[in-house]
Amino acid sequence: MKAPSKIKQLLVALALSTPLLTLAADITLLNVSYDPTRELYVEFNKAFANYWKAKTGDNVTIKQSHGGAGKQARAVIDGLPADVVTLALSYDIDEISAKAKLIPKDWQKRLAHNSSPYTSTIVLLVRKGNPKNIKDWNDLVKPGVSVITPNPKTSGGARWNYLAAYAYALKQNNNDDAKAREFVGKLFKNVPVLDSGARGSTTTFVERGIGDVFISWENEAFLAQKELGPDKFEIVIPSLSILAEPPVTIIDKTVDKRKTRAVAQAYLEYLYSEEGQEIAAKNYYRPTLASVAAKYEKQFPKVNLIKIDDVFGGWQKAQKTHFSDGGTFDQIYQK
Amino acid sequence: MSGITTSQYGSYHSKVARSRATSEPSWIRYGLTTIALSFLALFLFVPLAAIFTEALRKGFDTYITALIDPDALSAIKLTFIAAIIAVPLNLVFGVAAAWAIAKFEFKGKSILITLIDLPFAVSPVIAGLIYVLIFGLQGWFGSALVDHDIKVIFAIPGIVLATVFVTFPFVARELIPLMQAQGKDEEEAGLVLGASGWQILLRITLPNVKWGLLYGVILTNARAMGEFGAVSVVSGHIRGMTNTLPLHVEILYNEYNYAAAFAVASLLALLALVTLALKTFVEWKVAHNASHNEAA
Repeated sequence: MKAPSKIKQLLVALALSTPLLTLAADITLLNVSYDPTRELYVEFNKAFANYWKAKTGDNVTIKQSHGGAGKQARAVIDGLPADVVTLALSYDIDEISAKAKLIPKDWQKRLAHNSSPYTSTIVLLVRKGNPKNIKDWNDLVKPGVSVITPNPKTSGGARWNYLAAYAYALKQNNNDDAKAREFVGKLFKNVPVLDSGARGSTTTFVERGIGDVFISWENEAFLAQKELGPDKFEIVIPSLSILAEPPVTIIDKTVDKRKTRAVAQAYLEYLYSEEGQEIAAKNYYRPTLASVAAKYEKQFPKVNLIKIDDVFGGWQKAQKTHFSDGGTFDQIYQK
Repeated sequence: MSGITTSQYGSYHSKVARSRATSEPSWIRYGLTTIALSFLALFLFVPLAAIFTEALRKGFDTYITALIDPDALSAIKLTFIAAIIAVPLNLVFGVAAAWAIAKFEFKGKSILITLIDLPFAVSPVIAGLIYVLIFGLQGWFGSALVDHDIKVIFAIPGIVLATVFVTFPFVARELIPLMQAQGKDEEEAGLVLGASGWQILLRITLPNVKWGLLYGVILTNARAMGEFGAVSVVSGHIRGMTNTLPLHVEILYNEYNYAAAFAVASLLALLALVTLALKTFVEWKVAHNASHNEAA
């Protein structure tokens, strides 16, 4: 007696749920990102999932992978199936195009602001009270000052750090390359540990207590202050820094194969939306949308920013001169 | 008379015993013992205690929450999958290799022994990179694998491969000296009495080495679950998919999530303690059996 009614119930349930099942697809995306964006994307992924569910009815789960930008790009080149990459600098994404042909060469023109939905810059984080009295880049080369920065070979942030210091030295010495090189050489003599990614360096500085000054992403410096207490660290704004543009792109070969192009594209575009920009600003990335930028104006200090294209002739050239095998960084670091 | 002899014998005996152990003055002996014990305390007990203190610092609820987090559960699952595949594979391989090496003579035997030790000699990071170079998109089989939609690295198969590689030598290394010491007399006797190869293996060889085998399996399992370097290279670090427990600890630590990082680390520490307990039990059992055999 009971069994037939159960079956009936089951059939009714099935009949009711079938349209739902066919409509709501479960999609996963993989976002391969650089080191300090962990908190940003935890928040943004939730917001995007809600937005996408409301818009299409589909459930989208975004999986994250984080690490030094160079290392992450290498993993994508070696086959890590990223639907989107959100890395620290354009050179690493250029490599994905050049070495693995997974994206077109002109990928950076596909989205606004050089495909960088948010920007950041490089600042100096010191311990409370600034015991070594660090005001600017030239205080970092003094003897006895211990400087923490990640390894420019594997970390995108570290490359921005290096270039900011180099740009400062160029300006101080009337664009004399030899003197600028000597300056960064001295600076790296003061570095006791080179971690592979920005987050590793942050823990070296804030948690393990090594170093007097930490050359850091602005967002990472704010976050360290927030997580571990404003009474422990101070942010020092140098007289000159660099405009860091961390770009994003979809990986064409992967999204076409996994048939996720539409949602991946929407995911990146949502970074530019009001909500996406708001989340970026809340996580201490400088928004590019004027309305949100105005709202968070007070949060971000005014910094005298140079652009990589103006001073170093773009990432391709900067990478080749400074960070390739045997480049300037290798020369100064071996001395 | 007899009482005097006994006491003389007793003092002579104790003198011999003393001189056999050490002839150093007592302060040196106690000094050395103290140094050894404080080293042990400093490098083993303090970190172990620190793990559990840090893990429980924010209370038991935080501890449990960290362990039942979906990413943590997925890391636990993946760690078990890797171990469940790696341990039996290396068990079968280890027995086969040790059997061949200890009981038979053949050309290239020393080369085989050297090759078995290779994973000990190679840095785990290199071990991981080998698989990236072979199975990566730019590697030897990269495009062929993509064409057939087979994922090896940055997926579970790669993690299992890397784990199998680094745990390769444990069982064989444990069995070879044991089997060599036991010789092949019993097997030959079995052969003469008409036993088949399988019967000899299952009834003579394996029972003879069962404790050594178990010891090898325990070590293999401990290393399989704790491996960081090789797995880190092939993992791709996708949360909830390709992170094992040690990788998950690193991620949590790097996210200022210290209590959770130590909570997950405490699982690995517990695993180590269980391993040690099992290992001690097996060693005790082996010693017990040996003395039993001698007596008989």
